[in-house]
Amino acid sequence: MVNLKRKSPPGKKIQLMATCLCDAFFDDVAKATVEVLEYLGCEVIFPDGQTCCGQPAFNGGDWASSRKVVRHTVEVFRGEEPVVIPSGSCTAMLLHGTVLEFEKETDRKQVAELASRSWELTDYIVNGLGINEWPGKFDAKVAFHRSCHTRGSCSGETSLQLLNSIDGMTVVPFGGGEQCCGFGGTFSVSFPNTSEGMGKLKIANVMEAQPDILTSGDMGCLMHLGGLVDRHNKELQRVHIAQILRDALQNGGLIEK
Amino acid sequence: MSVQPIDRYVERIAPDVQTAVMENSITATQKRHDALFGDYEDPDKIRRIAGAIKQHTVEHLDRYLPQAEEKLKANGVKVHWASDGEEANRIVFEIMRSKKATKVVKSKSMVSEETELGHYLEERGMECVETDLGEYIVQIDNDHPSHIVKPIIHKNRQDVARSFEREGLGEYNDDPEVITHRARKHLRGKYMEADVGITGANFVSAESGRMLLITNEGNSRFCLAPTKVHIAMVGIEKLVPKDRDLSVMLNLLARSATGQRLTVYTEFISGPKSAAQPDGPEEMHLIFLDNRRTQVLESDCREILRCIRCGACMNVCPVYRQASGFAYRSVYPGPLGAVLSPLLASKFADYADLPKASSLCGACNEVCPVDIPIPDLLLRLRDKAKVEGIKSPGTPPMGMWATMASKPVLWKTALSAGKMMDFFPKSMIPVPAFQAWYKKKDLPEWHGKRFRSWMANRPNPKKNDQPEASEK
Repeated sequence: MVNLKRKSPPGKKIQLMATCLCDAFFDDVAKATVEVLEYLGCEVIFPDGQTCCGQPAFNGGDWASSRKVVRHTVEVFRGEEPVVIPSGSCTAMLLHGTVLEFEKETDRKQVAELASRSWELTDYIVNGLGINEWPGKFDAKVAFHRSCHTRGSCSGETSLQLLNSIDGMTVVPFGGGEQCCGFGGTFSVSFPNTSEGMGKLKIANVMEAQPDILTSGDMGCLMHLGGLVDRHNKELQRVHIAQILRDALQNGGLIEK
Repeated sequence: MSVQPIDRYVERIAPDVQTAVMENSITATQKRHDALFGDYEDPDKIRRIAGAIKQHTVEHLDRYLPQAEEKLKANGVKVHWASDGEEANRIVFEIMRSKKATKVVKSKSMVSEETELGHYLEERGMECVETDLGEYIVQIDNDHPSHIVKPIIHKNRQDVARSFEREGLGEYNDDPEVITHRARKHLRGKYMEADVGITGANFVSAESGRMLLITNEGNSRFCLAPTKVHIAMVGIEKLVPKDRDLSVMLNLLARSATGQRLTVYTEFISGPKSAAQPDGPEEMHLIFLDNRRTQVLESDCREILRCIRCGACMNVCPVYRQASGFAYRSVYPGPLGAVLSPLLASKFADYADLPKASSLCGACNEVCPVDIPIPDLLLRLRDKAKVEGIKSPGTPPMGMWATMASKPVLWKTALSAGKMMDFFPKSMIPVPAFQAWYKKKDLPEWHGKRFRSWMANRPNPKKNDQPEASEK
């Protein structure tokens, strides 16, 4: 779905799109993203006017509303710097979704320009900065949920590459890995029963592999799966991949706790 | 929040039906994967070639349809054009009446499901027997197919054994071999009595007028061996430009549909029987059916006309696996149906909810043998519904959200105000989307603006040129 040829290598001064979910619920994921990028020598700019990538309305079928938000986002993230996003889903929205909903719009070039600078976090680390192994230490068995919006992009592979390279970490496979977890943004509230059924299947498959941690590059999936895990009093720790990368650096004494 | 029809179906589906659909779909998906990846290093390359062939074909139907007609006629086939299902059915009926025919044996064809040909003929006193085993069971149960390749994916063998017992085909026996044997015995009699054989077509080559039919049971060959007249009903999008394109399609179709390299029978039909052939239909008719396909061609969803009806998208679809085919209320279920059914319907609004029945996970596109960008088409149809003012239940309104998300002051106020959620009993929060979520699962604690404060106030930002931070 997403296949973008970019100018490489990009600069180390970057703009962070923290994502609306981190803005509202998961502050530590955004913090971890900053700490990881700064460890790599990046200068992180956080444009204060940022809100959301526009995906809820895009998927909800209200493209006029979505375009309004995307236009705002394009304005907020003006500049030359790469835009780094700790979410495969928001990245896919910028790389593909916005392009689709602006096909017939006169300002589609500005939108495509932002797309050409947008990077999912692990894609930026591996393919942008050329980091192939992650330093530090993290003793754990992790299950990696490859979120659907990274299909057709390299983010699934770059995430796995980094996780597999961490000292002490084992990535455990689980059944039905290619299947959606049932989040799907607005889908999870407009199709609550279907979404729940899909989520329970994912959780059963993950838990059968007995990982210490379930990780993903998308907090949407983890919020949905985590909500089901907590509601049914199960035990499954959920951690965003940015937090794993940050914690590995801390455990290895490479950055302060 | 009121619930989408498909989601309500999921809530109420019988557990044994859901299990049957789930297990059969998982098996089919695995077989497809093994068949393609076992034989090809990069199946995606072939999928893209096939997609390009079909896209080219549907965009040049104005050239290929007349070419096919000319070749078919030269091969001795009588060609008919039907603008809708009613007209196609009438053409079949008229041909039968002119031949004083009353009995039809029919092989599986999705267009004939679309036109409800079987019912049409039976209402007019004709006997029309489905000869594909799955379709035969659907017929005796007065049921509908719930999958385009496996019509009875929703039934188990006990169901089938009970139906056979009821139809007087023998005492209850749920051994699949016994069931198959009984069906064979019964159907062989029907073939011998029939006047007309009706089939669909998997492909028609515009270059040669050659028609391609694939089956696993050989029933289409039986339909055409003893009958005097062959009528094929074919959607106008079934063309390929050249015979050689059939090799690409054949390499993908059975692998994608059933995980076979080829189906057991692959028939190339080039017209009625020749003088040298001892039997076979003396007369062959081919009806090209439009049934709103030209409207689809004019729309921005024309890629769906590439579809070669393999069913891989429904097998892999997590929503189809939960919901089953009947939830889609139409001939074509799953992701294919969610795009095609609203477009083929006389009123788009009647099926405008179907494109919403997807988490947009993209698995359907990944397995599609002709690389149809199904999620993009679903999204376009969602936007179409909104633009046309069609309301469907369960979709959260986005207008207010969009205003907030394009005004940072409002956005930040909302981030602070969200904290209120933690002080109220969750069941009293009057937001339908929130309630739909909270009914099923917990929500994390609200941490609105916490990251922003940390970013602005941390003691030692690294060369951060963000205004608040640089003041320190």
